[in-house]
Amino acid sequence: MTSIPLIGEAVAVAAEPRLAGAKVGVVTFPGTLDDRDAARAVRLAGATAVPLWHADSELGDVDAVIIPGGFSYGDYLRAGAISRFAPLMTKIIDAANSEAKLPVLGICNGFQILTESHLLPGSMIKNDHLKFICRDQTLRVENANTAWTVDYTNGQEIIVPLKNQDGQYIADEKTLDALEAEGRVVFRYVGFNPNGSRRDIAGISNAAGNVVGLMPHPEHAVEAGFGPEAGLSGSAGEPRDTDGLGFFTSVLTKIVGGDK
Amino acid sequence: MTTETTKKFNIDTVEHAAKTPDTELPWSELGLKKNEFDEIVKVLGRRPTGAELAMYSVMWSEHCSYKSSKNHLRQFGEKVTEEMKKDMLVGIGENAGVTNLGDGWAVTFKIESHNSPSFVEPYQGAATGIGGIVRDIISMGARPVAVMDPLRFGAIDHPDTARVMHGAVAGIGGYGNCLGLPNIGGEMVFDSVYQGNPLVNALAVGVMRHEDIRLANASGKGNKVVLFGARTGGDGIGGASVLASESFDDTKPSKRPAVQVGDPFAEKVLIECCLELFKGSLVEGIQDLGAAGISCATSELASNGDGGMEVELTSVLLRDPTLTPGEILMSESQERMMAVVTPENIEAFEAVMDKWAVEYSWLGEVTDTGRLIITWEGEVIVDVDPRTVAHDGPVYDRPFARPEWQDSVQANTFTGSVEDAGRPSAPSELAAAVTELIASPNMCSKSWITKQYDRYVGGNTAMAFPDDAGVVRVDEETGLGVALATDANGRYTYLEPYQGAQLALAEAYRNVATSGAVPMAVSDCLNFGSPEDPDVMWQLAEAIRGLSDACMELGIPVTGGNVSLYNQTGTTPIHPSPVVAVLGKLDDVARRTPSGWREDGQAIYLLGTTAAELDGSEWSNLRGHLGGLPPKVDLAAERELGQILINASRDGMVDAAHDLSEGGLAAALVESSLRYGVGARIALEELMERDGVDLFTALFSESQARAIVSVPRSEEVRFKDMCTARGFAHIRIGVVDAAGGKLEINGVDELSLDALSEAHEGTLPKYFG
Repeated sequence: MTSIPLIGEAVAVAAEPRLAGAKVGVVTFPGTLDDRDAARAVRLAGATAVPLWHADSELGDVDAVIIPGGFSYGDYLRAGAISRFAPLMTKIIDAANSEAKLPVLGICNGFQILTESHLLPGSMIKNDHLKFICRDQTLRVENANTAWTVDYTNGQEIIVPLKNQDGQYIADEKTLDALEAEGRVVFRYVGFNPNGSRRDIAGISNAAGNVVGLMPHPEHAVEAGFGPEAGLSGSAGEPRDTDGLGFFTSVLTKIVGGDK
Repeated sequence: MTTETTKKFNIDTVEHAAKTPDTELPWSELGLKKNEFDEIVKVLGRRPTGAELAMYSVMWSEHCSYKSSKNHLRQFGEKVTEEMKKDMLVGIGENAGVTNLGDGWAVTFKIESHNSPSFVEPYQGAATGIGGIVRDIISMGARPVAVMDPLRFGAIDHPDTARVMHGAVAGIGGYGNCLGLPNIGGEMVFDSVYQGNPLVNALAVGVMRHEDIRLANASGKGNKVVLFGARTGGDGIGGASVLASESFDDTKPSKRPAVQVGDPFAEKVLIECCLELFKGSLVEGIQDLGAAGISCATSELASNGDGGMEVELTSVLLRDPTLTPGEILMSESQERMMAVVTPENIEAFEAVMDKWAVEYSWLGEVTDTGRLIITWEGEVIVDVDPRTVAHDGPVYDRPFARPEWQDSVQANTFTGSVEDAGRPSAPSELAAAVTELIASPNMCSKSWITKQYDRYVGGNTAMAFPDDAGVVRVDEETGLGVALATDANGRYTYLEPYQGAQLALAEAYRNVATSGAVPMAVSDCLNFGSPEDPDVMWQLAEAIRGLSDACMELGIPVTGGNVSLYNQTGTTPIHPSPVVAVLGKLDDVARRTPSGWREDGQAIYLLGTTAAELDGSEWSNLRGHLGGLPPKVDLAAERELGQILINASRDGMVDAAHDLSEGGLAAALVESSLRYGVGARIALEELMERDGVDLFTALFSESQARAIVSVPRSEEVRFKDMCTARGFAHIRIGVVDAAGGKLEINGVDELSLDALSEAHEGTLPKYFG
């Protein structure tokens, strides 16, 4: 019997040789859903994706970590509240706060886990309209200096899928003011606020810029033909289905020295 | 693992049953008929124990035994040609059929109903419908990759419809989204015939390598039987026999507790855990627990294998320690699986369970005695030949006859009827009619529903609703993928069941071909009323005969499905609703054809011919008319059209294609325009002249075997030559107009895309918020 080929594990990308050695860990919790997608995005960006298991007590030799989306532990408690206590999270929290400032990206449920871990401030509550929502969402990059956004430019608008039930970002006014003042609002919803998030905030970073969390899913906008189709609308439309790839190339740019 | 502290019951053992032949048993309350109970006594040579009675009652229910439909369903296995067999790896009868995709890949898919539970408790009913069908797919050894959900509700403005709609959609989303399976399509129909009996069907598709196909059987004496996943609780007890086999009747007490409660997180973990078991070749046989729970799993595994099994029921892990043996056997608690494991693999099996924190308990072992023995603290409470439970249930030749009313219904054609008075003809009337059509409950945009479903997860969704078919990539290196569509038309089938079932198949086949995929296999969910009503039984018999004949003509086999009977309110049955799913194959999903046009100046062609076929149409439905005969079926034409659409996709001759079905050309033109917000200029004079129809008929007729395509200028000659060579009617009806922002049809007042979009999108939010 052959091993089960997990869909999404077969692609080999002709990577830039110096990037191919870069290792990006992708964490799987019970109930994680978008781990294979995140791993695919890493490979399409040219690096090696390393699967990480929540119960592992060592982080191993990775240059960055992605905490993907899903419903870890079913989100039956507050989203992310149980995952935050995984042995591996302790290591990730330490590495993110260390001198080396390990780049960490939390997507959707991953963002929720990062706020529960206090790597990022604030929290997510149920969408203001109380329903799950899946749509192609326009975001404005407000800070192109974080580990996960250096390949974008400030003010650039990108389209990536958004899909969540508990996506309404909230924090107290003081925290929100501080985030704004320190340039830590990394992404804002443009045109339509899909969940009632305060100040249209879609994603934020920590003070050092190595930890970024956002509700939309850049890993679903990395491959032509499988991403948002918003760009196909209207006569002047150009395909805009790979706008999310910049997240994954950004971190590689950062890892190999910022002079890609 | 520890077992629960067992409560003391007055256990009805086999020994006790043999000594007390005259004990009264509640066979009637469990849904059995007198003749069925007598048959059980005959099979056993004594009265059944309480536990045995529980098992037989659920396994011999309509839902599990197909006792009313079996004699007719045989046709799906009999009317099979060599062409239909060539790609079938596993046929009808297993949890789901398996079809060869090539390159060592196989695909399995199945559609099932969860109608009654979804009326009683819409959220959990719909959620567990998804859960159940997904476990069927895992049981075959496959990784599930997508789901779809055909839904039929009561009248859109009936006060109870919102309850069912909100609950069912939230349930499908809440459960499916949490599993990480993209929802790639489905159907939504509103009709008052479904008011007290909505149809909530669910389809799942999975993929695997050929060598990973798993079957449900318990072989190898001494191998261990294990139950794993969620604990067994009191939910869904008697669900199969009580809910699915009777119609709702206001005079009986509430059956609410009989609906199962789902835990999608447990299911997601179970999926990953099973795939890891398969990867390590750690199970010999596997079976999901669905309807009839442990009764079904033990009897099916045992009868499909070496024929014997011994199980200690007190080893079952319980959520509710007060459950009786009968209740444990009947419980339909979700997210459970049963497997057969060799003694050598026990340790490895337990390691996988522990990794995923899945609970399990070893219940017993496989024997070669030909008996299924179930004990309670060592005392025998079940001693049966498992075949008599799982396979040799009663089979009925239910009487059926063409209903007396059928002739008068068919004679009542729409054209010239009272409802047809004032048929639109002036340009302004036609524009209003188009707008009314595309805003109507059945033709309006379904995005209110689909935006509550995750269509992206997995990263392999190449196409989803509102395109004609959902398309999922299977192999990232080659782009190999599958396309799926489900269709049914209850009104057509009511008017003429043989033809109506064929029309459902024809439409699903056409939808798959329109996406560019080669149709390969069929799964059907036959939703009908009570088989004890000869009118309904005739509808069922005719639909099965029609469907099996049409499958043979189209050369694609039925690989699985489900029959759902007793769908009625009081004595009023639903429209017969055979929901047909067709699966197709795309060598490279990059070649898929979307339904919307984009490029300015591309030629728009209508393929096929249009006749005055308005009976059973959406237009007649809007006018409150149902009568006459449905559109003609021409399967040879469907096959030819399919070939044209598939070749055109493969050779890059079309950029967009959309099938014509409910709502006819009018609906298709609007949908193709709104897909990407790109309009068109259309002139139908030549078509009207060729086919001898007026403009209204050209727009609203639902003649079959038709599609519209947009053809790049550079490909137009080649495309026309292909259609001519195949002798298939094709006519240029217009051109894509990217700049105008409108749909212009000669003889119809201008339709701005903004106004059309508002009408199309506004309907569901208006009723459901």
